[in-house]
Amino acid sequence: MWPICAPSSSSAMPERSLACADVGTRLPPLTLPALSRTTLALYAGASGDHNPNHIDIDAARAAGNDDVFAHGMLVMAWLGRLLTGWAPRESIRSFDTRFISMTRIGERITCSGEVVEKRDGAFVVQLQACNEHGEVKATGRAVIAGRDQ
Amino acid sequence: MIDRKHIGRIVSRHQAEVERGRLRFFAKAIGETDPRWTEGERLPVPPTFLFCLDMDRPDPYDWYSGVGLSLPRVLHGEQSFVYRKPCHSGDILHFTSRIDDMYEKKGGALEFLVRATRVTDSEGTHVADLRALIIQRHA
Repeated sequence: MWPICAPSSSSAMPERSLACADVGTRLPPLTLPALSRTTLALYAGASGDHNPNHIDIDAARAAGNDDVFAHGMLVMAWLGRLLTGWAPRESIRSFDTRFISMTRIGERITCSGEVVEKRDGAFVVQLQACNEHGEVKATGRAVIAGRDQ
Repeated sequence: MIDRKHIGRIVSRHQAEVERGRLRFFAKAIGETDPRWTEGERLPVPPTFLFCLDMDRPDPYDWYSGVGLSLPRVLHGEQSFVYRKPCHSGDILHFTSRIDDMYEKKGGALEFLVRATRVTDSEGTHVADLRALIIQRHA
């Protein structure tokens, strides 16, 4: 039996949301707290990416940057949270991200997504991560298998 | 400067275990609080975590200088994942990374390198493919 479709603002039941998806469906957006140095330190440790540009201001300055900045893969991990908050992880067939601009300390990132195509029972979701001023940090696409696949 | 003669070269090959504690730490770092990622015996691998295990070597950048890359000048331009089989804690995964392409733009001011990584499990089943576009700035 098909579930009753919840409004897209509900993120509590990702499978239900996927079951009701169609072209134009927007994923429940994910807004992160302002980026802190603590988050970058934790992500460096957890991810194993110890590139000093992200955790050591002296190294970042020596490389010509004003300050440390987020790992692109941290932003992609947030886009991944957007996806798995909406669809079962097993249904994700592919996930691509292009990193557009650096995410800096203090910026508040919001991840959003929209179903832009339905192809052979799978959904193509267009993804975007922006700061609080609408500046695009990353764009992406994911292919999500429908519930019959 | 990068040199196209390195296209096709295998730059790393290693294996890594998906550890439960590491998955919990990763969830904390990305702000994920849903218990399905942190509680239970067999935890699922989140969508981007294979990239972390791909770097799980003593020095994941050890091949950079050999192909003309300098870490302070490098940016991550794009990343893609193709998933063939879901992975979980306890899995032992094998990573083989190869340089798939190298090219330049703006008269060499920007150099691009594509690294492709094939991931298989301990039974040899192909579980995922990763592609990273690495950009080197000379400005």
